[in-house]
Amino acid sequence: MALLELRDLNKHFGGLHVTNSVNLAFEPGEIHCLIGPNGAGKSTLFRLILGEHQPGSGDIFFAGDNITHLKSFARIARGLSVKFQVPGVFKGLSVRQNLEIALQRTHRAAELDREIDRLLAFLGLEAERNQTAGNLSHGQKQWLEIGMATSLKPRLLLLDEPTAGMSPEETFQTGEMVQRLNAEGMTVVAIEHDMAFVRQVAQRVTVLHLGQVFAQGSIDEIVADERVAAIYLGQAHHHA
Amino acid sequence: MSLMSLFHHLEGPQTKGRGPAFWAAFGVALLAALAYPLFSDGYTVGNTAYFFVWVFIALSLCLIWGYGGALSFGQTAFFGIAGYGYGILTLNFGAAYGFTLIAVLIAIAIAAVVALLLGYFMFFGRIEGVFLGIVTLAVTLMLERFMAQTAGPEWRIGAARLNGFNGMSGMPPITIPWFDGPIVLVADIGLYYFILALVIFVYLGLRILVNSSFGNVIVAIRENPERAEMLGYDIRKYQLINFVIGAALAGLSGVLYTAWGQYITPSSMGMTSAALPLIWVAVGGRSDLTSTLIGTLVVLAGFQALTIYGSQYALVVMGVLLVLTVLIAPNGLVLGAMNVIGRIGARTKRERP
Repeated sequence: MALLELRDLNKHFGGLHVTNSVNLAFEPGEIHCLIGPNGAGKSTLFRLILGEHQPGSGDIFFAGDNITHLKSFARIARGLSVKFQVPGVFKGLSVRQNLEIALQRTHRAAELDREIDRLLAFLGLEAERNQTAGNLSHGQKQWLEIGMATSLKPRLLLLDEPTAGMSPEETFQTGEMVQRLNAEGMTVVAIEHDMAFVRQVAQRVTVLHLGQVFAQGSIDEIVADERVAAIYLGQAHHHA
Repeated sequence: MSLMSLFHHLEGPQTKGRGPAFWAAFGVALLAALAYPLFSDGYTVGNTAYFFVWVFIALSLCLIWGYGGALSFGQTAFFGIAGYGYGILTLNFGAAYGFTLIAVLIAIAIAAVVALLLGYFMFFGRIEGVFLGIVTLAVTLMLERFMAQTAGPEWRIGAARLNGFNGMSGMPPITIPWFDGPIVLVADIGLYYFILALVIFVYLGLRILVNSSFGNVIVAIRENPERAEMLGYDIRKYQLINFVIGAALAGLSGVLYTAWGQYITPSSMGMTSAALPLIWVAVGGRSDLTSTLIGTLVVLAGFQALTIYGSQYALVVMGVLLVLTVLIAPNGLVLGAMNVIGRIGARTKRERP
């Protein structure tokens, strides 16, 4: 059974059909990358999955349950978690406090400190423990938020452009982080533009275009697909 | 939660001041406040108690706005509701058998229930930012308008005439039953100690609250509500609870104000009354309880002095003070000063290890 399944999902913004009859299944244990040109509807799809938008029609199933009408926080409680596109850390609070707030809902006070230490080590942010999160570098903010999202021990982790603004080196480290989480059993769905990252981590790739599922397969299959190249080129042509 | 962990939360990332130096200063300030009536007369002490009356509404705004990030113009509405509530209750049922104390609690509960209803529609309706300020201001001004037109004799609740713009008066002061006759807390030394005890209780209680896991979520909502919700928190519930706690505190101010002067008028819910707490809290430092407490008392004392020497200009000076704060120390003057002291303290510690 798929861990997350989208059935005939539709979403309109005015006359714009941003999610167009999307049927997608994410299997437990996989790392699945969503790619597609700007405006393909990738982030909207995340917002539908998280309950920030309500679909016009269609259903969302998580671990076999229909969660289409659940509130966002209730979906998180069931085992979804997300890292946003724009780093969503609590800027005015310390790194430690950011993690504490993420952890305190599911952890007892006695376990908090140990778990915070473990996460700081995992993220390579030990030295920044008492730093104000707003003062971190862009990449560190991304990592901190990934840490907050994973601290919930979700069954499914959604990552919206986890490597945006990162150096190639940082991107590679992020890829390793994602692979380690996956090895512990976490299913990961990532929206990503960075093809090096996709190549590094993706076990399956879905291409979205104009709100529809355009192609699906391994990274090699996708790269070899001339139609996929055409939509990216078409987009580039459009911009030029 | 054990008692020890409660005390543990007296200090934390959400409050300025920690360690022996801070608590020693707190102790000195407390002793000074306790000893002060010995060196003064009842009338002056009673007037000082009046300053303390306002601390609760200031702390309520600090909690809702400074910690929670929701700018409420409506604290004066809860102030007025509880104030009138106390008047109506005690004018009808008198002061015997300690009823004034029960009236205090009921009046605060009424303010809290109104906040629960209003807050439900605001927070569960996802009203945010400046619109919260507009809605809450509209509510308080509406209440003022309504109470101002209740001059006719038909506007009465039992024995209590609402009395329109002239306000309600003649309610009994807070009266504590005692073995050899009740203690009547008129604006004198007794009331001063009563309110001082409440100030300390509420201040320490709020320190524990904002450093608790509840306080963590409240500041998280201020920093980034979407992120907080996506960590699994029903943020609307947290915002609502925080709003109700704030309303109860504002109500406490309203009750004490009414009991102190034995009168309350609609203008206590007017535009000026709604704006003043904002100024105290902004000037002190809205994101810290201690800064708000100190700032409120200092600004109030200054305002009082100005009113005596040139009543027309006092409000103008308040406005200038607010503008200067926003320009010079947007996080508050007292908080800015405390940060400087903290940095100097940390530096001297580093230099003498």
